[in-house]
Order: sequence, then C-alpha cells, then structure tokens
Amino acid sequence: MPKIKMPKNSPSIDMTPMVDLAFLLVTFFMLISQFRAEEAAVIDMPSSVSDLKIPDKDIMMILVDKEDHVFFTITGQETRRTVLEKMGEKYGVVFEEDQLVEFSNMASFGVPMKEMKEYLSAGSTDRKKLQEKSAGIPIDSLSCELCDWVFYGRINAPRFRVAIKGDQVSSYPTIRRVMDILQDKKVNKFNLITNMESGPGE
Amino acid sequence: MADVNTGDDGGGKKKHGKQRAKKSSTRIDMTPMVDLGFLLLTFFILTTTFNKPQAMEINMPVKDKDLTDEEKNKVPAEHTLNLILTDNNVVYWYFGVPDPNKPLPSLTKTNYTQDGIRKLLIAENNKRHNMFNQIEIWKKEVSTGKMEEADYKEKLKAFREENKLSSLIVLIKPDKESNYKNVVDALDEMAICNIGSYALLETNDIENQMVQNANTF
Repeated sequence: MPKIKMPKNSPSIDMTPMVDLAFLLVTFFMLISQFRAEEAAVIDMPSSVSDLKIPDKDIMMILVDKEDHVFFTITGQETRRTVLEKMGEKYGVVFEEDQLVEFSNMASFGVPMKEMKEYLSAGSTDRKKLQEKSAGIPIDSLSCELCDWVFYGRINAPRFRVAIKGDQVSSYPTIRRVMDILQDKKVNKFNLITNMESGPGE
Repeated sequence: MADVNTGDDGGGKKKHGKQRAKKSSTRIDMTPMVDLGFLLLTFFILTTTFNKPQAMEINMPVKDKDLTDEEKNKVPAEHTLNLILTDNNVVYWYFGVPDPNKPLPSLTKTNYTQDGIRKLLIAENNKRHNMFNQIEIWKKEVSTGKMEEADYKEKLKAFREENKLSSLIVLIKPDKESNYKNVVDALDEMAICNIGSYALLETNDIENQMVQNANTF
C-alpha cells in the first residue's frame, strides 16, 4: 500500500488583495469620519422632509430629551470658555483653569449652575450619574438659567444659528417654553433639527 | 508572533565555498497587519454616521407686547383652518374663529397619515386656487432639471404674493397633551402641501373646552 501523500503546498493563501481592500476601506472611513464628544442625552429626533443641512460649526443648540430635561451646547472652544466664565460671574461660581478647559472640550450638558463645578471635576462615569440625577437646566421663570445661557451665548456669538433638538416624545409645553425663551431673547428665527425622511409618496 | 519570517536560521555560518545568493523567501507574514487593518476598519465603520441631521427652519413672529389679542388674530375667518394637535396623535380641525356667544364650530377628528390631514390640506388648497397644481408641475420640472432651482423659488414667491389674501391660512395649535413629534409632523405637512402662511399658536380656553367636549363623545 502506498503511503498517502500529503500535499506539499502551503495552506496559506495570498492575502495581498484582501489587505489592499481592507486598507482602502480603512482610509476611506478614516477620511470621512469625524469625531465628536459624546452627547449628554440620547435623543431620538422626529423625521421631516426638510432637506436643509445643519452646519457643524457656529451653532447654538438646545436639546430636550424624552424626560423634558433641557440641555445646552454651543460650538467653539473660545466661545464656550467665555460663556461659562460669564455664567460663573453671574451665579457666583468661580471655576478653576482645568474646569474651564474641560468645559470647552465638552459636548452638551444639562446641569444647573450650582452642580456645574462638581459635574466638571467628575470622571466620565460619575458625570453620567450626576447627569441622570439632575433635572436638566432650569427653564422655569423663577430661575431661568437657560435664559442666561442663551443671553451670554448671543452676546459672545451673535451670528450663531440657533437650533432646537427635541425628542419625539418630549412634551410640547417644554418645547414651547424653550421657544418663548428664545423669543424673549430676540431669537425669532431658529431651526428644528430632524432626521431625514423620504419625500411624500408620489 | 509578530516576528518577520525571513527564512534563514541564524544565517551567515557558511562562509566557505561559493557565495550563493540567499534563497530566503521574500514573503512576510501579513496576518497581524490584516488583523490590525480589519480592526481599524470595523472601528471606523461603527463610528461613522453617514446621514447628517436635517433641520427645518421656522420664523416666529416678533413678540410685540403692545399688540392686543384681537389685533394678533386679524385673519380672514373663512380662510382660517385651525389644527388642534392633541395626545394619541389625534388632530382636530375646524374653520373660522370661535365666538363664545354663538354655537361652537364642530371639531373634526383626523390624524397625521396621508389620508388624514394631508388630504384635507390639499383639497382646501385646490378649492381656493387651481394654480396649486402648477406648483407641483414646477416641482417636477426642477427635479428633472428642466427648471432652475432659483427660477422656481422666484415663481413660487410671486405666486404666493399674488394669492396672499385668498389662500389658506393654517393655525397650528398644539395643546398641552401633544408632543414634539406632532408639531414637527404638522409643520412638515405645511411644507408638503405648499401652505404659504401658517402660524404656531397656543390653544385658547374655548378650544380646550371644544377638545374636551369632543373627547367625551
């Protein structure tokens, strides 16, 4: 009986084309992706047929999540820093340098000014807990911190576009209150951020 | 694991005899590189968001405290369609301005689907001017490239100006029970149905009463 001969050729295959393709795709995704800091709230936006694109920079955004908590964000590190300093002056909170730097690199936030210091010094996991505990930026007429955020935001960046990003299920009175605040601050033109929807059925 | 397989073991021992070109293989083990490549690929695929969020723009009227409510509501009653948005995605609509001294207008219940509010809006629009179909024709021409986008906007503007007084005015009134999605949906319908003049208002007491009555029946 002759021995069974094992095939001598190596089992490895030429991976070069696969590698080429993989790196091509890596390059593609690297170039088109852009990083942004994690948002403080998960927001499921309603969809609309509007096809207006929202710019990435020069924008002031007010977010309303499904529990009607209000969040705020403004673009530009310098702007954010100055706005926070001004807010600190108004509410008697003195921020340290590292807290200012932390704030200028952050995405949206939704804590009242008295919790801001603790929020900024906390680590990312603690920060999430603090965020969950807090009820968002106060918008009632007695302590309207959002009014001041909008006000100082407008002073420092008067040309910025203003946008409201609300969750599908956030209640209308909250949204209305936010709109009223904006109107009080002479912002009569603003954007509602939505997801894309395919056009109406033909 | 990550060492490069050059094929010679220790090399350089056999110095005597003919100097032969080394037979070492030029192949290197690419597995780690491929691993890394795919790891990065997966990462970038997962972190990429393709569709940027869209936005709809709304212009609110300037808050003028000197105006009385009566002056604010100066709109021709027969062209005024009131949409009251309430909970469970229900929309009530009625025409005109309610007068507490007269029998209240009856509310009609509808919803946000294609056969609901959109049908109503398009029908009302058509009733007022046949030109409405013209907008649709223009829209098609723009999408097929027969007309310039700027031309279309110019024509639309002129058209709206012309029919300003006789066209439909929609007052969107979300009540306390409605949510943000309802408002966006309603505003969206305005865009779809080419409603030129609409406003976002709040319900008044009479309307709240009307909705309550409609809900109990």
